[in-house]
Amino acid sequence: MSRSQALLNWIDERFPLSKLWNEHLAQYYAPKNFNFWYYFGSLALLVLVIQIVTGIFLTMNYKPDAAQAFGSVEYIMRDVPGGWLIRYMHSTGASLFFVTVYLHMYRGLLYGSYRKPRELLWLVGVLIYLCLMAEAFFGYLLPWGQMSYWGAQVIVNLFAAVPIIGEDLAVWIRGDYVISDATLNRFFAFHVIAIPLVLLGLVVAHIMALHEVGSNNPDGIEIKKKKDAAGKPLDGIPFHPYYTVKDAVGVVVFLAVFSFIIFFMPEVGGYFLEYNNFIPADPLKTPLHIAPVWYFTPYYAMLRAVPAFLGSQFWGVIVMGAAVLIFFALPWLDRSPVKSIRYKGPYFKIALALFVVSFLVLGWLGTQPMDFLGKLGGTDTAVVLARLFTLVYFLFFFLMPWYTRIDSHQPEPERVTG
Amino acid sequence: MAETTVNKKRRTLLLATSVAGGAASVGVAAPFFVSMLPSARAKAAGAPVEADISKVESGMMIRVEWRSMPVWVVHRTPEMVEGLKAMDTRVADPNSKGSIQPLYATNEYRARKPEWLVLIGICTHLGCSPADKLKAGPDSGLGEDWRGGFFCPCHGSKFDLAGRVFKDVPAPTNLVVPKYQFLTDTRLLIGNDGTGA
Repeated sequence: MSRSQALLNWIDERFPLSKLWNEHLAQYYAPKNFNFWYYFGSLALLVLVIQIVTGIFLTMNYKPDAAQAFGSVEYIMRDVPGGWLIRYMHSTGASLFFVTVYLHMYRGLLYGSYRKPRELLWLVGVLIYLCLMAEAFFGYLLPWGQMSYWGAQVIVNLFAAVPIIGEDLAVWIRGDYVISDATLNRFFAFHVIAIPLVLLGLVVAHIMALHEVGSNNPDGIEIKKKKDAAGKPLDGIPFHPYYTVKDAVGVVVFLAVFSFIIFFMPEVGGYFLEYNNFIPADPLKTPLHIAPVWYFTPYYAMLRAVPAFLGSQFWGVIVMGAAVLIFFALPWLDRSPVKSIRYKGPYFKIALALFVVSFLVLGWLGTQPMDFLGKLGGTDTAVVLARLFTLVYFLFFFLMPWYTRIDSHQPEPERVTG
Repeated sequence: MAETTVNKKRRTLLLATSVAGGAASVGVAAPFFVSMLPSARAKAAGAPVEADISKVESGMMIRVEWRSMPVWVVHRTPEMVEGLKAMDTRVADPNSKGSIQPLYATNEYRARKPEWLVLIGICTHLGCSPADKLKAGPDSGLGEDWRGGFFCPCHGSKFDLAGRVFKDVPAPTNLVVPKYQFLTDTRLLIGNDGTGA
């Protein structure tokens, strides 16, 4: 026995190292027909690592203090050696996290990855998405710019819209009557400790659930149903080395894009870093146009589209919250006998296309001022559009049990196709 | 004692310890919960502020900071006060029934003295600070029929010269009137009206 084998044996008797390696990499059988869409899970994991590492180094120079926060970010940008690069990695990483996660979720919609037996896998994924939103929101206050301040003001006041307890709840969240030093300090705590811990736990749960049920694939059929004499799925290949190598290609392309953004356009025209956030927070002066960063704009457009009703603006908050939470219901809304879009009928394809269009249009509307398209019958045209597409967004979910049931479908293949 | 029978005494003890442990958990959570409430310092910073209004000419306004919020003190001209009546049909809550203001400001002027309007300059929609568009007419950028008031750039809410919200805008209620009192004709105290802060 070689020395290295002896060492491994020594460890394996005390810690399940080989067992973990085999269960999750070398003997984890993934369908052999993964395509382009299957890059984004591993890329999201990569971005998580980038965010954690760059975040740790940013905290070494950042000051969570209302009087010093803005200055300390500028200090990182100008005076800390390499600080600008680390900060741009973190700010670009935040946006690309959402890019990868949105594409990852879209993949799930395409191939029915939320369907039985992967419901819990999907639910944990939606929880990760919620955590990510919280993490992005808390982190966005930290630079203490005008958009940080007023964005947080708007979001915390969403809680103030809750009937009866709302005002007290908002004061409790802020720790003050307005967004202040106390708020900044606690958001820092949430951003660097609380949410990342929860996020890591959920990511582990996500991967454990995935490896328990096995990966879905573009055909939406279960490879575990066809096994060879040794009990290995006929259409499965070991994750390592096959998919580790494939994912490495994705990583190379991703890092090229990531680097291009960091070095040539870190602000991406005001979409990744908003121009108003280069002005220090001023509680007495609201910026003329408040918009969240692009990844929240679809929901923001919905919030703005709902008018006050019965003397309360809570309805807009409910609609916005429902738009996110409705993803939890997805596994039980789809009644199609097949999982993948490859074998689904025209109704689902049209519904999904309309959903994607409404998400994109809402996202675009959310970045613009309310009146930028003029008026239509006394109401801002942009508001009318936002109401229309909010309706389409929700109909995708509400009508799903109906249109997936009556939709035509093609038979699923016995074995995975290319 | 057979292994399959339930030991009633042990079960009762288990229940009792679980309840006691649960109560203790709630008790331990309490300090963490209250630690997120405003601190004594934050509360002290919420004390009333005094404003000198002797130099605010008719048709002008000043901004005063109270609890880090902008408070507007508007010196309305007689024409502005007269014009409020005509706005009753265009505002959502003309009599301020569903809005927040002290009792002495629950009138058509939403003020103690008709010429002095005191408002918290934070939109009741989502907390932005509206811009003042006191002058009537198209120069405001809000159209020919603008009679003067305030415009929130965030989501387009409009308010008249008594801080009353227009119909069909996102803000649900009129702008909030804080507690205030006139210490003399030229000295205004914001945040305290003699009934306690």
